[in-house]
Amino acid sequence: MLEFDQVSKSYPGGFVALDRVSFKLEKGEMAFLTGHSGAGKSTLLKLISLIERPSVGRVLINDVDLSRIRRPHIPYVRRDVGIIFQNHRLLMNHTVFDNVALPLVIEGFSGKDMVKRVHAALDKVGLLDKVRCLPQTLSGGEQQRVGIARAVVNKPPLLLADEPTGNLDPDLSKDIMRVFEAFNQVGVSVLVATHDLGLVARMKYRTLTLKQGKMINDGLLQYQEDPL
Amino acid sequence: MSILFSGRASSGASAHKISLGRRFIMFWVNHVRQALFSLGELWRTPSASILTIGVLGVSLTLPATLHLLVKNVQQVSDSFTQAAEISLFIKDGTDDRQINSLLRILQADNDIARVTHISKQQALDEFADVSGFGAALTYLTDNPLPDVLLVLPKNTSAGSARQLLERLSKERIVEFGKLDIDWLTRLDAIVGLLRQAVLVIAVLLLGAVLLIIGNTIRLSIMSKKDEIEIMKLVGATDAFIQRPFLYSGVWFGVFGGLLAFLIVEAMLWWLQGAIGSVTSLYDSDFRLMAFSITEFFSLMLLAVLLGLTGSYLSVRRHISAIEPTGP
Repeated sequence: MLEFDQVSKSYPGGFVALDRVSFKLEKGEMAFLTGHSGAGKSTLLKLISLIERPSVGRVLINDVDLSRIRRPHIPYVRRDVGIIFQNHRLLMNHTVFDNVALPLVIEGFSGKDMVKRVHAALDKVGLLDKVRCLPQTLSGGEQQRVGIARAVVNKPPLLLADEPTGNLDPDLSKDIMRVFEAFNQVGVSVLVATHDLGLVARMKYRTLTLKQGKMINDGLLQYQEDPL
Repeated sequence: MSILFSGRASSGASAHKISLGRRFIMFWVNHVRQALFSLGELWRTPSASILTIGVLGVSLTLPATLHLLVKNVQQVSDSFTQAAEISLFIKDGTDDRQINSLLRILQADNDIARVTHISKQQALDEFADVSGFGAALTYLTDNPLPDVLLVLPKNTSAGSARQLLERLSKERIVEFGKLDIDWLTRLDAIVGLLRQAVLVIAVLLLGAVLLIIGNTIRLSIMSKKDEIEIMKLVGATDAFIQRPFLYSGVWFGVFGGLLAFLIVEAMLWWLQGAIGSVTSLYDSDFRLMAFSITEFFSLMLLAVLLGLTGSYLSVRRHISAIEPTGP
């Protein structure tokens, strides 16, 4: 599903954000991406969502080399990858419904079909009763779940999350993770970037650990051992 | 369309195998919906919208007014067709038979609309009547006035009237011909100058309108930078993002054009009385001409095209420049 092949990324000025990173995420697999801030997690996600391009190496999604995607086609790639952002990135002066419907509107859905899908997505994250609310009136956790509903509403085969539990208390974090697990169980590949190591260890999923741009661990993470 | 996953039916339309006709209807329904949405956006920021529309309307008013001015001046100058009348003075001592045969030839001429013969005697009588020298004229032993043929050309433009004058002056019995056309030529030149001036002013003002709309749209894009980034992150194409802004430009054009039209109409209504009193002093039946339907629609079309172009120029530069910086 997702493959990094000896990917390096250096920014102008010589800062190396990723150093020869290779890994493969299979279809229907769920994994965590951990590391300190500045370790390269964000850069890795930016390469997948084509916000940045690798300096060296190849990023492949479903065996399609992303370096072959020209600028006008980038939006179509982003439609195939659901992304959940740490700071939610919601349209604050639009209702929850409008926010979740946005990817569908962009793809040309309309009418009953769109409403049905939006309601299904909100139902999965447990926010069906907030459909007419503005995001400001929701709590942080609820806003995050709106972001999740928006990312999954057009049923992307690959789901990325950047610090989805960043500002949430442990109970809410666990709820959010349950939501990801539920998507994973229906065949969606999920990659969650987080520095919440306790949560990662409890969940018992494959964990990719980055340190100063290098991949230092790929496998189950044992809590308390402090692999960093 | 999915580039990465060939089997994935991602588009709402293609997923349902909607018929071509229905998709065509949906296309227009979507456009109407987005147009209305943009209208709503203007409504939500009333002060900025009213300012832009006001500037637009006033900018369009000036060229429109000048156009009407030229049109009315032209109407006045067109009513002076008589001015192109040619007077042919007949040589002294020509007998009536020769004059009559020339009269008949000229009447049959294709370039000539009307020929009138004023005989020596008629001329003298008229002169006596008008000049007030009636008594003195009776002392004249013979009539010093020549026969005159008044020729009205079919084509009353200065150039062709002059050509006709040259041709008729060569007639054997014609002493000389006279065409008082200089002042008409001058009037034509002035109207021409006026029209050029209107064109220059119009181009300048329309340029200003483009810049104003472009700038308004740019500000509106900047204020929605976050939204645009989010839309790009969830896979919106530039075309999708720029559509509402283009519609805003169109609406600016529509309202600006209407405003300009209303201002001009109000001005005409205001001036009607004043012009009426002036023209009644000159015994003229001059009537101020307002916009015709075609001119109204041309004004609206121009305004809408300006709005669309202004927003397109702005949108093309600024929307592609906004790129999401990170998840």
